[in-house]
Amino acid sequence: MRRTRILALLGVLAVWAAVSYGNRALGVMMPALLPTPGDVGTVFAATARDGTLWRHVVTSLGRIAVGFGAAAVAALALGLLAAMCVPVRLMLEPIIEFVRPIPPLAFLPMFLVWFGLGEASKVAFIGYTTFFPMFVAVAAAVLRVDVTLLRAAASLGAGHLDLIRRVIVPAALPGIIVALRLGFALALFVIVGAEFMGADAGLGHLIMEGRTFFLPAQIVMGALVLGLLGSVVNALLLAAERRLFRWREAGATS
Amino acid sequence: MNIHVRGLSRTFIAQGRETPALLDVDLEVAEHEFVCLLGPSGCGKSTLLNIVAGFLRPSAGEVRVGGRPVTGPGADRGVVFQEYVLFPWLTVDGNVQFGLKLKGAPAAERRAVVARYLELVGLAAHAEKYPVQLSGGMKQRVAIARALANNPEIILMDEPFGALDAQTREVLQDELGRIQRVEHKTVLFVTHSIREAVYLADRVVVMTTAPGRIKQVFQIKLPEVRDRFAPEFTHYESEITRVVKEEVAKVHE
Amino acid sequence: MWLSSVPEMMEWGLRGASLPPRRALSWRLASLAIFLALWSVAGGLVEARRPFNPLFLPAPWVVIGALLELARKGQLWVHVAATLERVAVGFSAGALLALALGLLAGQMRAVRNVVEPVVELLRPIPPLAMLPLFIVWVGIGEGSKVGFITYATFFPMFVTTVHGVAQIDARLLRAAQSLGARPRHLFFRVILPAALPDVLTGLRLGVALSFFVIVISEFVGAENGLGYLINDGRNFFLVPQMLGAALLLGLLGYAGNGLVRVLERRVLRWQHPR
Repeated sequence: MRRTRILALLGVLAVWAAVSYGNRALGVMMPALLPTPGDVGTVFAATARDGTLWRHVVTSLGRIAVGFGAAAVAALALGLLAAMCVPVRLMLEPIIEFVRPIPPLAFLPMFLVWFGLGEASKVAFIGYTTFFPMFVAVAAAVLRVDVTLLRAAASLGAGHLDLIRRVIVPAALPGIIVALRLGFALALFVIVGAEFMGADAGLGHLIMEGRTFFLPAQIVMGALVLGLLGSVVNALLLAAERRLFRWREAGATS
Repeated sequence: MNIHVRGLSRTFIAQGRETPALLDVDLEVAEHEFVCLLGPSGCGKSTLLNIVAGFLRPSAGEVRVGGRPVTGPGADRGVVFQEYVLFPWLTVDGNVQFGLKLKGAPAAERRAVVARYLELVGLAAHAEKYPVQLSGGMKQRVAIARALANNPEIILMDEPFGALDAQTREVLQDELGRIQRVEHKTVLFVTHSIREAVYLADRVVVMTTAPGRIKQVFQIKLPEVRDRFAPEFTHYESEITRVVKEEVAKVHE
Repeated sequence: MWLSSVPEMMEWGLRGASLPPRRALSWRLASLAIFLALWSVAGGLVEARRPFNPLFLPAPWVVIGALLELARKGQLWVHVAATLERVAVGFSAGALLALALGLLAGQMRAVRNVVEPVVELLRPIPPLAMLPLFIVWVGIGEGSKVGFITYATFFPMFVTTVHGVAQIDARLLRAAQSLGARPRHLFFRVILPAALPDVLTGLRLGVALSFFVIVISEFVGAENGLGYLINDGRNFFLVPQMLGAALLLGLLGYAGNGLVRVLERRVLRWQHPR
């Protein structure tokens, strides 16, 4: 499985190289339009060496960290509350149904108007975008807790607080972590768009620059770096999940 | 502690329709007695158990345990479920000491109690395993150990061996019989299996189809250690089967 | 105690007793009413006291007013139509491609081995990152916008289609074959119907994603469309216009989703016969 993955990657690389270098040789399209792996590598090296790449990466990640972080805390608190309090849930549900169909990016210009062109607008936007889906997912994870688990604990003497602390939280935790993973992926998805406009730093801005100055190689590089970032963080989160939830593994039954 | 049920009724309301599950049930379970509830599907035996456990509230009637009315679940009534319901994020050890931890028992005491009951159910070697690594039979033994370790006066069992294959079932019945001879708890045991009921119970209560009522009660006068193939055993089996068959026929009408 | 009490939890779990539908409905309506009321009060206060420019927090009636104004001038329909057209074309192209390739890949190992690595490589890259590339290649016109929607929606729809085919119980195929089905029959009478639930879910995702990405592509280099309307409002702080357009977008997305759901219910009637 691993091997086929790597082979496939090499295959794609090979096709890309063939097409782009072939284009260069045959002059079908403007060479700049179809950047070769070499071109992309050059841009990567250049921006990495003079530090601009890292500056942009850190900026983007920083915005995500703050926006997503705040939204996650809020989603956890409110999600737990909504799950355990029927009136709160019934009140919040219609509002969420109302806001949900509106593409978050539609609010980006409004955030720019409200918060100006600085960091605050990006962070607030990320927070807004990631809050709702995470809130819904956290509440769903808590609601899914099996009633028989609650009954078992109660018949062992658990009171209200015990039930929350020792049954509901551990039982809902896997689902909550999935919700957080979802939120992070979403944050990565929209940060690019948010940095297209009214930003002077960040990976999204770097990519937009590639368009402004007609540097497709820079666009491709930026996109690949983003993809890599997302994969790495996702892999890290999955690994953390696997360690935390060792008890979920299907082990051998003796 | 004994169980006292008088005039118990329970109706379920779903989508505007009322379904009576239990109607005017009277039942007494004396201290240290092992009583089986037997009946066709839908006769309300699980509902009755759930009400005694405090998971459901009665529509009418009263339930008292040790003289005190039942207002909710509690550590005085341990429950063993058909689906085991172990806490998947805890090891076997963690599961068995769950009730003790809630009570704030000191670590040394917890360790001793866990060791004792794991020994009793024969799972001492698996204390550090997670439920997902256990077979069905093992999981149910952990569930029994967990309930017993909390030292409840009453144990309620809802078809605990229903999800197991026939062989494991009989092995666990033997185990349960052995444990009861040591622990002498008051037990209310729900089952489908007449054989199981005759094997384990002091009294067998046969219930009617919905709405559930008590149809007939059988006093099982057999020695403590029972032989499934003894003629007296078979006699009880056929007697009870006859009565149950009447009710089963009504379900399939 | 407002939190679910222990007896309630014991009987129904955390969901609590399901309220009779009429009471649940009244709670929902009350919630929406309170939301609108709070919004109106906030907007009204801002207009009256002017702690900041009231354009920053327009009351609901101001938003509706802005939309009506645009409608009256005949401009609103131009923008709505532009957005809808791009979404329709882009999504259809993406769906067609995804279904065709997905169905093929789901059945033929060879196709899968070729297409899947490319998909797996491109999937972690947020599609929005590729938008500038589309613009560089195709220019700033309709082509890049529509093409971008096709690109963005292709991946999730492709993946769900492949999954829809892959999860088909092999025994269904064997049963059909033992009844005399030939490859053509197998495809149309077993594979297609069995994969349909997943395919339709994928379509719903695609519709949502289309509206998700059309906004941003209409921010950069567009002369019409709801996204353009929103971004254009920035120049003169026309927040009512921006909010109104956003709400409209939400409505359109909701309608699109609803359409697919209706389709689902008709085509998948076998899942919930009544």
